[in-house]
Amino acid sequence: MNFPVIFSISRTHLLSRMKQTVTASLGVTFGIGAFIILVSFMTGLNEMLDGLILNRTPHIHLYNQITPSPEQPVDLADAFKSSFNVVQSIKPKRAQTRIHNGLPILNFLRNDSRVKGAVPQVVAQVFYVSGSIELNGIINGVDILEEDRLFSISDYIVQGSTLELARTENGIIIGAGVARKMSVKPGDIIQITTPSGNIFPLKIVGVYESGLADIDDIQSYANLKTAQKLLGQSDNFITDINVKLHDLELAKPMSDKLARQFGIAAIDINSANAQFETGSDIRNLITYAVSIALLIVAGFGIYNILNMLIYEKMNDIAILKATGFSGFDVKMIFMVEALIIGIAGGILGLIIGYVVSVIIDHTPFETQALPTIKTFPVNFNPLYYIIGIVFALVTTFLAGYMPASRAQRIDPVEIIRGQ
Amino acid sequence: MSATVLEARNINKHFRVPVDYHVLKDISFRVQQGEFVSVMGKSGCGKSTLLYILSTMDTNYEGELFLNGEKLSGKSGNELSIVRNAHIGFVFQFHYLLPEFTVLENVMLPARKLGKKTNEEIEHDAMEKLKLLNIGDKAKKLAVRISGGEKQRVAIARALINNPAILMCDEPTGNLDSQNSDNVFNLFRRLANEKKISLLVVTHDHDFANRTDRIIEMADGKIVK
Repeated sequence: MNFPVIFSISRTHLLSRMKQTVTASLGVTFGIGAFIILVSFMTGLNEMLDGLILNRTPHIHLYNQITPSPEQPVDLADAFKSSFNVVQSIKPKRAQTRIHNGLPILNFLRNDSRVKGAVPQVVAQVFYVSGSIELNGIINGVDILEEDRLFSISDYIVQGSTLELARTENGIIIGAGVARKMSVKPGDIIQITTPSGNIFPLKIVGVYESGLADIDDIQSYANLKTAQKLLGQSDNFITDINVKLHDLELAKPMSDKLARQFGIAAIDINSANAQFETGSDIRNLITYAVSIALLIVAGFGIYNILNMLIYEKMNDIAILKATGFSGFDVKMIFMVEALIIGIAGGILGLIIGYVVSVIIDHTPFETQALPTIKTFPVNFNPLYYIIGIVFALVTTFLAGYMPASRAQRIDPVEIIRGQ
Repeated sequence: MSATVLEARNINKHFRVPVDYHVLKDISFRVQQGEFVSVMGKSGCGKSTLLYILSTMDTNYEGELFLNGEKLSGKSGNELSIVRNAHIGFVFQFHYLLPEFTVLENVMLPARKLGKKTNEEIEHDAMEKLKLLNIGDKAKKLAVRISGGEKQRVAIARALINNPAILMCDEPTGNLDSQNSDNVFNLFRRLANEKKISLLVVTHDHDFANRTDRIIEMADGKIVK
């Protein structure tokens, strides 16, 4: 086989039929372009939505759950072992709200190589006081810098910063809803009263907006020490431990193990947010289904045009065969034409897809729910561009194969005799 | 006596569709090097069919075919296309140029397929052939833009580009006026005498045939003379 000759014949065929070539290529271009746009936009959105949940949700959350004892005294008594015991009006046992041995557990977790980080939290019930009004609230006492490293909390801080909280001992990052209701802003002092009646003045160093009104109206962040002080507790008082792992898949087995090991409640992210993965998977599936449908349409376009071309070129095929081109050479001529259409259309599609993605990426998209997002999220993963061009080549190859094989089988004698 | 270029032994051919029809019956003959042979006969006597078999394009026959002593019957399509490319020139009744290509490119194609020479050498050869046929000035024109007589000459130039052992023509003068017809005949004469190329020409033209070295006359699928 003599490739340069075959290529030059293909090229001449394509160039002398510019209109058809362009039409066929544009089919591929639209298919690939739409695929790139769809997949970039969809996965961008997916990643952002997943990120919203995954980033700020601990992979494992350890806390003390208040529940009634599963075993009542009567169950332990041998005398009643064989009988059917009914205990009515069981009340939960009074227990401490803090995690027993919180600091050693924290140390244990931090030394585990599978753990990316573990942070303590103190949740304090408080009232925000403004004049005569008292607003119900919760203050999360956290190690703010660790919290930011692991759970990207600063994505939701719309005024002020985490650093300021770290620097200000009696600082507070207040929920946006609370700030609005009390008309306070960073720099102001807010009075906090605790259920036990103590009053603390805290300095507002930032405003936090998660996008969920229920949270923003209630929740604020303060330093761990501040929260412990509010509750009048020492620094080994920890109510929750949030753990982030390197590998999300380990969350379930590890949380079960930790719950047994330390005798506390542990919940993993998959149990807490099971619906999320399903949502992402289905969105991806739709993206690929739509793209493949578009490419199949483009493929039929190529198939049609090549079929027409071969019909028109019967005489040429006969003459090529008569002058010594083999059936395979003829097939290659048309395959090369299909692939050139595929490559040209595909690359143009990638470029158009990229340009439109950039435009989408710069389109303003402001929503209450996502305070730090200013434009539509777009994923520029190069993998999708590789998939796109491979798609284009496979489609055009398949679309070109059948017509090209037909050309291979054409009997020159029949054509020449038919004249 | 010069060497035998083409030999047909007991060639039989049937058309099976729509009904069995014995179109070629026991055809045997030889063509010597540099010999100018014409094949005559009425329409439908099978002379074109014979030509397609001899040109190796039609492989559906019984009998044996030799080119330069090499047996061609039973070879695969790919092997035969290589043989056609290198040793057989074919000129059709209709001119059959590739319309999107220039005259020069049309002539060059079989040589580029053969791939024995560089593009520059092939281009040079192709120009030589075109000049030989007095159409060197049309080389850069598109094949669709030249006249019928010119196309015929381009087709002959293309058939000659790989210096074949034998040139087969199906009614090469069928569409030409007597002037052009004469030109083609004179050219063939020269090719046979000077380049020692064998020629096998199917024709209806008695004047043309009478001036060739030998006439093979066919009737009802047989050689009668």
